[in-house]
Amino acid sequence: MLNSKVLDALKSQFNDGIIEVSESCGDQIVEVKNDILHDVLKFLHDEQSFDYLLFITALDYPKREGKRFDVVYQLRATSTFDEIRVKVSVAEDEEVESITDIWVSAIGDECETYDMFGIWFKNHKGSGGEGLRRALMPDDWVGHPFRKEYPLKGDGFSDRWAEKYLPKGQRHQIEHTRMP
Amino acid sequence: MSSSDIRTVELNMGPQHPSTHGVLRLILKLNGEKVENVSPRVGYLHRGIEKLAENMTYQQFTPITDRLDYVYSMNNNFAYASSVEKLLGVADQIPERAEYIRVIVAELDRIANHLVWLATHALDIGAMTPYFYCMREREMILDMFEEICGARLLYNYVRIGGVAKDITPRFMDMLKEFVKIFPEKWKEYDMLLTKNRIWLKRTKDVAVISKEDAINWGLSGPSLRGSNIEWDLRKKKPYSVYSELDFDIPYYSEGDVYARYLVRMNEMLQSNRILEQCIAKIPDGPTMMDDFKKVSKPIKPPAGEAYGYNEVPGGELGFYIVSEGKNKPYRMKIRSPSFIHAYAIPFAAKGYLISDVVAVIGSFDVVFGECDR
Repeated sequence: MLNSKVLDALKSQFNDGIIEVSESCGDQIVEVKNDILHDVLKFLHDEQSFDYLLFITALDYPKREGKRFDVVYQLRATSTFDEIRVKVSVAEDEEVESITDIWVSAIGDECETYDMFGIWFKNHKGSGGEGLRRALMPDDWVGHPFRKEYPLKGDGFSDRWAEKYLPKGQRHQIEHTRMP
Repeated sequence: MSSSDIRTVELNMGPQHPSTHGVLRLILKLNGEKVENVSPRVGYLHRGIEKLAENMTYQQFTPITDRLDYVYSMNNNFAYASSVEKLLGVADQIPERAEYIRVIVAELDRIANHLVWLATHALDIGAMTPYFYCMREREMILDMFEEICGARLLYNYVRIGGVAKDITPRFMDMLKEFVKIFPEKWKEYDMLLTKNRIWLKRTKDVAVISKEDAINWGLSGPSLRGSNIEWDLRKKKPYSVYSELDFDIPYYSEGDVYARYLVRMNEMLQSNRILEQCIAKIPDGPTMMDDFKKVSKPIKPPAGEAYGYNEVPGGELGFYIVSEGKNKPYRMKIRSPSFIHAYAIPFAAKGYLISDVVAVIGSFDVVFGECDR
């Protein structure tokens, strides 16, 4: 449970930039506007001793009105073990300010979020100064797999080899137990 | 082009390199034998586990967590189960016997993982003998797991709400035997490596990480404790029954590969201590939640989100689960320590020799089933 001092300090520093403060399963969530995101995280890091970045990820809500994605930052203070989750809503063509200048551990996570959701982080700087690139998929991959509309399986074309090449007794229609 | 540019050579290390513990590709920029920059490329084992989680029920996903870091599957099951329990709000209803069994299997698995780590890490650096010693004791642990769940590698044993079935008396006998002989066997590995002059030359003052850097790079687990940080989730945020057990957190101030080696070595003994206490303390009783319906039918957690985490042998494994009140998670993010450690390799290896890169990879205990998910 986060102590209220941090929330008060956040509110007094960025009074109208903070959209909502909520709680879920004991985790504190703060929703902020995209244009002050970098400042909020820098403030939490420098002045509120949230020195450990746990992860960055995104949530995809394609049917939501307004902005499509939520980018999620989970922070922890190693001295007090407080945890805070910062969320920011971004549209599909909107960019997010990179935080690799605050936390080096953001490099991998930002690359992964870009790879999986297609959210661009501007001013991203890798270990050798290189820019944002795909983390898990091949460099020439088209599409972003963790978006909700991305299919779970292929179009069936790749299943046809079984009918063609398997011996007679083993031929059967491949059934997928979990449909997307 | 200046003379320094001419000397720079780009070299591909991996993905099929025996010392990368899987499929890691490092693009090294070398000046002579000195590493100037490293660019890690991961993802060769990417299976889209987080996407799979969105398309199956909560119980169906438990066996998939085995496939994260296949060296410590029990801990993965445990971390996933406790995350879902946090989301459901039933974390306090787990019977005590089930919690003790979870701790026993988790600590046994921690020893097994550290044995595999020690074996492969020593093999990478050039010491072949420890491999055979370590695998001998790991075999005992795998036999024990086979006794309780029938599987030797992918267990699916720790379930949401408790454990799959009770442990047998034969398992307890094997456990008592193991706990008794393990410290003796541990001395053998210690004798082989800890004061070995070649081992010291290869690991001391290599990849020194300061306290601030370790936190900023997101290191966790033994890799963090090698940099003078006394930080263990089992102690600082006790989950399960760890608050009732007495153990120390080994940590060292040097921050080099040797310090991380010592941390893991001493953790094995601490795990053994925990096991000794568990044998004495384990109560009788059920091994699954009383309100079995809550976790046997398709679970529908209330709309909300939770981030649950455990201290696994590699570091901090967390599951960030977002529920919309349906029987499948809306989104599941796996915070894997290996992924973050893989991206810390460039910073740790910069300025050292190419042969030290191998020691750095080993000292972070990066396993690619978990890194690529």
